[in-house]
Amino acid sequence: MRQETLYTLDTPYRQKLAVEGFRFGRGKKCCAIVGAIRGNEVQQMYTCSLLVRELKRLEQQGAINTNHEILVIPCVNHFSMNVGSRFWAMDQTDINRMFPGYDKGETTQRIAEAVFSAVQGYDYGIQFTSFYVQGEFVPHVRIMHTGYENASLANLFGLPYVLLRNPKPFDTTTLNYNWQIWNTNAFSIYSHESDDISTPQAELSVSAVLRFLSRVGALHYTCHNGYMSAILQEENLASVHTTCGGIFHRLKVAGENVRYGEVIGEILDPLTAEVKEQLIAPTSGTLFFAAKNPLITQHAEAYRIIRRMYS
Amino acid sequence: MKETIVSVQLPVQEALEIERNRLTPPVGQDGGKRICIVTGIHGDELEGQYLAYRLNRVLQAHPEHLHGTVDIYPAINPLGINSITRGVPLFDLDMNRVFPGSENSSMVEHIAHEVVEDIRGADICIDIHASNIFLTELPQVRINEMFETELVPLAKELNIDFIWVHAAATVLESTLAHSLNSIGTKCLVVEMGVGMRLTRAYGDQLLEGILNLMKTQGMWSGDTQPVREPIIGRNEVAFLNAEGAGIFISEVSHNCMVEQGQTLGVIADPLTGQDVQVVTAPEKGLLFTLRDYPVVYPGSLLGRILTGGFEK
Repeated sequence: MRQETLYTLDTPYRQKLAVEGFRFGRGKKCCAIVGAIRGNEVQQMYTCSLLVRELKRLEQQGAINTNHEILVIPCVNHFSMNVGSRFWAMDQTDINRMFPGYDKGETTQRIAEAVFSAVQGYDYGIQFTSFYVQGEFVPHVRIMHTGYENASLANLFGLPYVLLRNPKPFDTTTLNYNWQIWNTNAFSIYSHESDDISTPQAELSVSAVLRFLSRVGALHYTCHNGYMSAILQEENLASVHTTCGGIFHRLKVAGENVRYGEVIGEILDPLTAEVKEQLIAPTSGTLFFAAKNPLITQHAEAYRIIRRMYS
Repeated sequence: MKETIVSVQLPVQEALEIERNRLTPPVGQDGGKRICIVTGIHGDELEGQYLAYRLNRVLQAHPEHLHGTVDIYPAINPLGINSITRGVPLFDLDMNRVFPGSENSSMVEHIAHEVVEDIRGADICIDIHASNIFLTELPQVRINEMFETELVPLAKELNIDFIWVHAAATVLESTLAHSLNSIGTKCLVVEMGVGMRLTRAYGDQLLEGILNLMKTQGMWSGDTQPVREPIIGRNEVAFLNAEGAGIFISEVSHNCMVEQGQTLGVIADPLTGQDVQVVTAPEKGLLFTLRDYPVVYPGSLLGRILTGGFEK
C-alpha cells in the first residue's frame, strides 16, 4: 500500500485541505474507488476505510494480481465533514456537481478537477455516494444511461439490484457521469446510510467491491457469489407520493416486501396524531427506497417500489 | 389581484405558497399581451424584491397607461428568502437546476413544474437574479447563445449595461429561463447587484428598462426615459480567480475600466501582514463583476473583465 497526497489546497484560517489516496498493486490502471465527496457521507468514508484495510491485508498476502493498480480515495471533503456541512462550507457548492472540474475555475471546480485527474484512465470507477433526496435505499449499484454504460458489468458486484437512471441535466456534472464519458466503466454504490455508520452495510459494500475486483481479474479473493442482480430501470419503479404533510409514520423500511393495497405508511397530524393519510402500496413488490425523515411535506416521495415482476 | 399559484403543505401547520400579483389593464384597454416578472429563485438574492415593489407601485398608480397583463412573482423560493438560504431548505439541489420540474417527483420539482405551467404562454418573462453574497454585478442580461436571435433585441430595451451571450451548457438546461425559452416563452435573465442587499440605483435602472420594454411591446403608454445602449459581449470575458487564500482587499471600484497589469487589490494574510497575492488585471477592459465578500480560497472568483465589445 502506498499512501499519497493527491491534492492540496491552501485555505484561510485552517490547515491545508489534503486529499489522500491509497494505491494497491502496480501497473495498468484497473480501478479507482472514491468515498465521501460530501461532508455527511460518513458511511461512504467508513466503507472505504474498511476497504483500504482489507486491500492492505490482501496485498500483503500477494493476492493482488500483477499489472493491476487499484486506487482508493476514502474522503475528498473532510473540510465539510469537520464542520458538519454536507456541501463546501464557504459557498454551499457541491463538489459532486462540479465534474469534470476546471483547474483555473472556482474552488470546488479545482478540487473536482484534481480528483478527476487522479481517477481518470482507470478501466473501472466505483463511487460510494448518496442521493439528493433524503432516505434509505436497498443496497444497489447505480449506472447512468450515457450510451457508454455496461449494465452487465454491474452484475459482477453481486448486489441484489442494478439501477439504470436516465440522467437529468444536473446529473451531467457528477463524477459517475463524467467517468463514463471519459471511457471509465462507472458504478455508484448506494447503501442504507449516509450520516450514520452501519458496519453490516459497510461490510456488504466492501464484499461487493472485492467480489467485483476478483471477477475482473484484479484480485485473488475467495468469496460467495452474491446475488444474481435484477436490472431495474428507474422509471419503472412505482412511486408513492404524499398528498398532505405531517409526521411520517413509516410502517415499512427499504428492502421489505409489500403487497398491492397494503398500508405501508401513515401521515399523522403533528398536533393531534390523527391519521391524515394512509400510504397504500400501488403494486406488490419490494421497497427500493423509503423516506426517513420523521416529518414529510405534501408531494414528497415517501417510497419507491420494485414491482413484483423484478423481485 | 393576488393569487396563489402553488400551495404545498409543510409538515407542521403551514403551507408553502408561491404567490403572484396580476395587474390587468382597465376594460377595453388590453392589447392581449402578458409579461411575467419573476424573482427570488435563490433565497439570498434580494435585488428583485425592490424592483417588484417599485413596479407594482408604478403600475398601480397609472392603470390608464397599462395595455397588457403584468404578473409579478416576487418569491419563487419563499422558504429560502425567509430563512436566508440560497437553496430550498432541506433540499439538496439548487432550485434553478430542477426546471421544468415534474408533477410527480420531489416537492421542489413539483413546484418548479407548476411555476413553468403558470408562466407558459406569456409573451415575455424576466427572471431577476442578484449574483450571490460574494460578488457585485453590473446590471446585465445573460443569454444562452441558442436563443440569441430572439432575446438580444428584447434585452437591448431593458436599460442594462451589458448583454452577455454565453455558450450553451447541458447543466444549464435545467434553469427556469432555458425551460421557458425551450417551450417558446421568451425569458431574459437579469443579474445585478449583490446577494442579501438591495441596490436601489440598479433597481430603479431596471424599472425604467422594464417600462421601456413594455412600451415597445405596446403594453405601456406612460412616460419612459431613454435607455442606455448595452455592450454586447460573447466570449470576451476574462475571469479573475484567487490563487491564494486570505482576505481580498480591493483597490478599485466596481464598474470601471482597468488596464492590463493594473493592480486591482491584494489577498492579504491578517496573521502575518503579508500579501499572499497582488491581484492584477489579466487584460484591459470593463470590470463588471467584483468580489464583495472578502474571505477567499484559491479559486474564489474575484472579478470578471469584459475585454471586448466596447467599440459597438
